[in-house]
Amino acid sequence: MSKRLFVKGNEAVAMGAIEAGCRFYFGYPITTQSDIPEYISREFPKVGGTFIQAESEIASINMLLGASACGERAMTSSSSPGISLKQEGISYMAGSELPGLIVNICRSGPGLGGIDASQADYFQSVKGGGHGGYHIIVLAPGSVQEMYDLTMLAFDLSDRYRVPAMILGDSVLGQMKEAMTPHPYEPPVDLPEKDWVVTGKGAHGGQRIVKSLYLGDGELEAHNWRLHAKYAELKEKEVRYEGVGLEDAELVVTAFGSTARIAKTAIRMARDEGLRVGLLRPITVFPFPEQAFLQATETAKRVLCIELNAGQMVQDVRLSVDRDAEVFFYGRPPGAGSLPTPEELLEQIRKYYKD
Amino acid sequence: MQQVFGHPASLKDVQTHFCPGCQHGTIHRLVAEAMDSFGVQDRTIGVASVGCSVFLYGYFDIDVVEAPHGRAPAVATGVKRARPDRIVFTYQGDGDLAAIGTSEIIHAANRGEAMTVIFVNNTTYGMTGGQMAPTTLPEQKTTTSPYGRDVEQAGHPIRMAELLTGLEGTAYSARVSVNSPKNILQAGRAIKKAFEMQIEGKGFAFIEVLSACPTNWGMNPLAANERVAEEMIPYFPLGVFKDNSEA
Repeated sequence: MSKRLFVKGNEAVAMGAIEAGCRFYFGYPITTQSDIPEYISREFPKVGGTFIQAESEIASINMLLGASACGERAMTSSSSPGISLKQEGISYMAGSELPGLIVNICRSGPGLGGIDASQADYFQSVKGGGHGGYHIIVLAPGSVQEMYDLTMLAFDLSDRYRVPAMILGDSVLGQMKEAMTPHPYEPPVDLPEKDWVVTGKGAHGGQRIVKSLYLGDGELEAHNWRLHAKYAELKEKEVRYEGVGLEDAELVVTAFGSTARIAKTAIRMARDEGLRVGLLRPITVFPFPEQAFLQATETAKRVLCIELNAGQMVQDVRLSVDRDAEVFFYGRPPGAGSLPTPEELLEQIRKYYKD
Repeated sequence: MQQVFGHPASLKDVQTHFCPGCQHGTIHRLVAEAMDSFGVQDRTIGVASVGCSVFLYGYFDIDVVEAPHGRAPAVATGVKRARPDRIVFTYQGDGDLAAIGTSEIIHAANRGEAMTVIFVNNTTYGMTGGQMAPTTLPEQKTTTSPYGRDVEQAGHPIRMAELLTGLEGTAYSARVSVNSPKNILQAGRAIKKAFEMQIEGKGFAFIEVLSACPTNWGMNPLAANERVAEEMIPYFPLGVFKDNSEA
């Protein structure tokens, strides 16, 4: 298991899921994530897993809902337009407090858009996406290794909080190959028992109901407050981010996913020029690392947010930073040829850097 | 003295919220009797859909998962694949199954998912207040077909039991009605058969139940029952369209 492998990001997700004990996959083909169902349909028979190529993205998220209600580790994967179709089911899963993994290997939009990498699904992912005012756990890997590692983590967090989890990747991360070291999954010892699953009441005595409908006076409000208390707990306990050179940074650059990799190169180039630039890369984009931004801007008073969209995460950055820190944005809406180069980002760093 | 009739164990002893003359209560009872007859209450998982039937977990004393509108066959697929040794049924209305959920029901049937589907057809959307359904009869007035259903404009009522019969994965498909004691007995037998098909691992079993909605039809219960006999059954013939139990 410790041998280094040269694999695609999409395959790393599938490998991480299988290693984490996921044995139910429901999905529908869509570029740029089809390697995931292809890999799983090939490997699941060897481990006794159940793979269904559903008739639609809508059906597949609801199959996930059903398998999850039975207590199984289950997943679906798709790419942006398919994720839009799944939002109905994601909202129901959030309302029904069902865990489960949804992988979004983002492509460009809106609409059919294109198949180029994009970060324009940020709002849809972290602000609810479906109806009703909820959140899901959203993890944004920045490498093939993290595609593997964070997939395992997503299952654990999702099970612990009974909140659906999403891997928010993009077609660069999904399609690129790089070295990765697989490792055995170590289940957390303190994961709560799934004492809510439907199994037929004979297995547990009284009737169990998995539902999101609450019509009694005050019932739904209480349910929503309970959900929001979980989101607050996630913010308190489960924030993950990468910080590089924040100690002496005059300018904090922030970006997530594949964009952060390009930004890292630009930051190295800036450091070579003697500019004190740091990186704050959110790994959890929900819960957002609000405190990390607050802390980083105690000293650095300038933040440059780089995204592969017209400006989405920058709103969360603005809400998180110290009041007297300035936040700048550089982004490009997705599409062929819109991936920024390190030189392009270095130019932006120079522009917003102040001695 | 031997007791020959009683309250089904699978049904809670509570009052339902259904309107006077509504036949969900009767159909619930038949489903509960089927579960009782096979002794599967403790290993059955019901999938509730939206509409008047969503509250079935308040009436059936079994584990239940609630599905989004039309998606019950997909949710049930996930449940059945995760727990193949459990008995899984969906209970869906006509708007749910024959409109928004057409894709889910056709593909669940086509995959031959070993589940039982109870499809209650009352030619209207009940809970939302009597709008036109895919099963609304020609010329039938509803709140969204106030001049009567115009088949040129709205299409023809869908006969789901016949439609699903054509799929390889469908093992059993029947249409029954609960408008008379005789038909109720027949409906009970068909529902039992549909559960038996699943218990014996024969595959996908579908029961369409013609049912009255007096409130939205603007009729008293007796007149509504007569409508089932005079208008619905001629368009939606009763019978067993497919039975692979010997296969």
